[in-house]
Amino acid sequence: MIVAEASYPEDLRYHADHDWARIDPAQPDEATFGITWYAQDTLGEVVFFEAPTVGSTVSKDEPYTEVESVKAVSDVIAPLSGEILAVNEALAASPETINEDPYGDGWLVRVKLTDPSEADGLMDAAAYEETLPAG
Amino acid sequence: MSAIERERWFTQAADDELTIFERSQAGRRAFVAPASGVPERPLDELLAPELRRAEGPRLPEVSEPEIVRHYNRLSKRNFDLDTGFYPLGSCTMKHNPKLHERVAALPGNARLHPLQEEVGAQGALELMWRLQRALGEIAGLPHVSLQPSAGSHGELAGVLLTRAYHEDRGEQRTQVLTPDTAHGTNPATVTMAGYEVVKVGTDAHGNVDLDDLRAKATEQVACLMLTNPSTLGLFEPGIAEIERIVHGVGATLYYDGANLNAIMGITRPGDMGFDIVHFNLHKSFTQPHGGGGPGAGPVAVADHIEPYLPRPQVVRRPCAHHAGNGTAADTYHLDYDRPKSIGRLRGFQGNYGVFVRAYAYIRSLGAAGLREASEVAVLNANYLLARLREEGVLEYLPAAYDRLAMHEFVLSGAPMKRELQIKTLDLAKRLLDHGVHPPTVYFPLIVDEALLVEPTETETRETLDRFALTLAAVLREARSDPEIARHAPYTTPVRRLDEARAARAPVLRQPL
Amino acid sequence: MSTYTSVTDADLERMLATIGVGTVEDLFAEIPAALRLGRPLALDDGLSEQEVYAELRALAARNASTEDEICFLGAGMYDSYVPALVDAIIMRSEFLTPYTPYQPEISQGGLQAMFEYQTAISELTGLPISNASVYELSSAVAGAGYVAKHAGSGRRFVVSRGVHPHAIETLRTLAHGYGMDVELAPLIDGRTELPALDDDVSAVIVSQPNFLGAVERLDSLSEQAHEAGALAICTCDPISLGLLKSPGEQGVDIAVGEGQTLGNRLDYGGPSFGFFAVTEALVRRLPGRIAGATRDVDGRRGFVLTLQTREQHIRREKATSNICTAQALNALAGIIYLSWLGRRGIVELAELLAQRTAYARERLTALPGVEALHEQPVVREFAVRLGAPVERVIARCRERGIHPGYALERTDPELAGGLLVAITEQRTRAQIDALADVLGEAVAAERAASAAGVAS
Repeated sequence: MIVAEASYPEDLRYHADHDWARIDPAQPDEATFGITWYAQDTLGEVVFFEAPTVGSTVSKDEPYTEVESVKAVSDVIAPLSGEILAVNEALAASPETINEDPYGDGWLVRVKLTDPSEADGLMDAAAYEETLPAG
Repeated sequence: MSAIERERWFTQAADDELTIFERSQAGRRAFVAPASGVPERPLDELLAPELRRAEGPRLPEVSEPEIVRHYNRLSKRNFDLDTGFYPLGSCTMKHNPKLHERVAALPGNARLHPLQEEVGAQGALELMWRLQRALGEIAGLPHVSLQPSAGSHGELAGVLLTRAYHEDRGEQRTQVLTPDTAHGTNPATVTMAGYEVVKVGTDAHGNVDLDDLRAKATEQVACLMLTNPSTLGLFEPGIAEIERIVHGVGATLYYDGANLNAIMGITRPGDMGFDIVHFNLHKSFTQPHGGGGPGAGPVAVADHIEPYLPRPQVVRRPCAHHAGNGTAADTYHLDYDRPKSIGRLRGFQGNYGVFVRAYAYIRSLGAAGLREASEVAVLNANYLLARLREEGVLEYLPAAYDRLAMHEFVLSGAPMKRELQIKTLDLAKRLLDHGVHPPTVYFPLIVDEALLVEPTETETRETLDRFALTLAAVLREARSDPEIARHAPYTTPVRRLDEARAARAPVLRQPL
Repeated sequence: MSTYTSVTDADLERMLATIGVGTVEDLFAEIPAALRLGRPLALDDGLSEQEVYAELRALAARNASTEDEICFLGAGMYDSYVPALVDAIIMRSEFLTPYTPYQPEISQGGLQAMFEYQTAISELTGLPISNASVYELSSAVAGAGYVAKHAGSGRRFVVSRGVHPHAIETLRTLAHGYGMDVELAPLIDGRTELPALDDDVSAVIVSQPNFLGAVERLDSLSEQAHEAGALAICTCDPISLGLLKSPGEQGVDIAVGEGQTLGNRLDYGGPSFGFFAVTEALVRRLPGRIAGATRDVDGRRGFVLTLQTREQHIRREKATSNICTAQALNALAGIIYLSWLGRRGIVELAELLAQRTAYARERLTALPGVEALHEQPVVREFAVRLGAPVERVIARCRERGIHPGYALERTDPELAGGLLVAITEQRTRAQIDALADVLGEAVAAERAASAAGVAS
């Protein structure tokens, strides 16, 4: 497993429960969600991703699915509200992609946002990093 | 991984220990069926072809010598309590007396059918009745059911008893409280019994946070499940106040008996105010763990819970005509006439073979012996902790709470991780190379990099000394080269295993 | 010093000094005085090993075991032959005394045995995935119900009256907790007849063979369940699976059963083990321990407990069950036994039982006052109706050294007069013939006694 160095891309918005949202610049009412480097590092090697159903609703601050490592299960919290347009199907065969590339190929779902202004309540990379334990 | 890839990978396994299926050769066999001896009818007449399977199950084809050799060789790839020290916190790995196997194997016990008429099972029923009485005395709660088959099964009994008690009073409560230090079986049990789990916090001294408990103890709460000493190995000094709070809202107080080994004959959960207690006969009462069972989880309850106990109950009926002291004429029975009972938790009477062993243990030790077992369990734990301090181990693995331990104690590997760059997991794996079973790791959850140590009373002082020195040696080694522990173990039959792979692409049976 | 401890006076002095306290009593300082027992436990003093042995022997002597009488009792547990190699292997310290294998590197023996066991159960049931054991049959049925509850929708189980009465009762007890209802489906002429099923049914639960020994039409029952969107759950006799079409082949989603007859002793009802097998779709809901294969860092094959995120120690309140300790040693006896039976042996044994069972039923139903309770095919157990009070007939037979079987009225008053007779490989033709003689005479004597208006 390739463990990248801790990184928190500038172009993402972050939720305190260690989830990110990438608002599509071309389509501001759509976003992609995933979990942060810190989340995957704490979890360990991901072995299972419970794929939610396309078309189902997600609500800001509420869990919409789970990821499992060998020794832990973690709820995944929706940073914003909306309806699921797509699920990353490649994760079924290779859930460890979430560890290897948490912001790229390790994306979880793509969502049509019901209220794009909710993004104002999320943090930028610097603010999020400050919430993390030191060391 | 596709099914084909999985199969190919599996059969390329190294040759060291083939599975019994891989040793199969067509035509070999151990069992040969005797002749039926009866006039036989064509099979099609007895069972229409559409009811029968076309191909038999593909069981191994091996001879008896091969089976014996296979499982003997497998056994040598297993560490066990008879061979070495096993300080697994919360598991009470005390010696399994060999007498117990002999008495469990007596034909009157081993070959007794569970549905034998009562008149033909008086020895068994009397043994169960006497065991119930002894356990009731140890718990300080008089009414005992032996039916549950494991600790968590006993927990389920306890929560279902609580439900029956409240429902009988016309109340519909929805929550059960458990401390955040609770063993995972507690919340899992609560959900199975249809309640919502609410966690109660632990304070800086390792005790139940009484303010948090007061805030959460409402009339929605059916029960508080508690272990005392707690899973941190600490006695709950506020237990009287806890009892007042819980009973004050009409909830039941449930005792998880996993840590009974610290207090036998010294204090009793019934006297602390608990309403329901479960025992782990495979912990304090020496039933061998068997690599993961069997065990038994009897429950003892207070008067107001007695009507709901599982069905059947073992009861004694004094004989109408007393002869001398009267006891010789009593008879023992299975009482099914229990209208308020929660019903059955399993078939037949429970794990009787386990009862035989536990009863033999109690008869061997007696009142003084049980008390001494707990005293020495606590003595050994505190001695080990003191030796670890002497050897400098606690500098890297400090005790999580600066208090007297009871029969077990928890250390935190956080300083070790920070300063020596090895985790509790690495320490545990390196201990395997030293021929000792590691303590429990990463439990309880509230202690960072936890290491829960329970030596039990059946270990010698020298074994405890040696363990302290071993831990110190591993830490010293890590100071000079942390990589060694990080890649341990080296000398075991297999080295660190890829658990992620096993979970991601599970192979749960031999492909045939 | 006490039994099994080793603290001498010299040890004690040294240990107290190291700890820094004066007496052992000081170690219990945190226990409030008000909570101290303050007296010895009201238990007898401890006895020497030989005295304990003598007492246990005296108690055991008051039990009528299958060594004391020829036993045709079944109803879930059977006087099967346990081959000597099972005892020899499971008595080994390395299998008897370790804990659950949380450190797999030093537990490969137990883990591999679990893997082999899982394979054998999968073969027997025809389902791809088995766990490493549960406690026994009845709690396995209740556990299967819990899986069904979470796997789909529906608030109700439809359970055949052909399921073991202890299992039905256990299911009721647990279902009351986890919030499901239980509806019973009748046996008509010995076979399950399901009512019309609606979409509120979560699962249909049947047994093969059923409690009265009858072989059911399992494929039809599964089909009815699936048409209603319900799971099909079946409890099976493991030896009969040498002969009967497997549940997996007949659309069953969850197969459970009692493993006692596979190399385990009667032990007055326990410990034994329950087996539990499921389809691929249900693997993440499977309760209990599961062993899986993997590799170590050097590429060696090895085994670990896997899919642990289902279990209580990780998932806690959302776990698939609360199982921690199961029945590993008994399951080990099971896989040793199944290896000993072998591929040909299990078929031969199942056929042997079917032949002797058919013979026994023929002989008994030819007796005056004894008729078959149903005419369905049977494989190892059958039910008859006696024209005389069953408990009295049993008592008469036992006086002559034979226990003829289970009085069905003990669990179902509607089956008064019913006797359930079980055949194992230990029941020879001579014993079956003796049963026929003794039972025939007992029934006749009881009928004569009641005709004469005499209480015997």
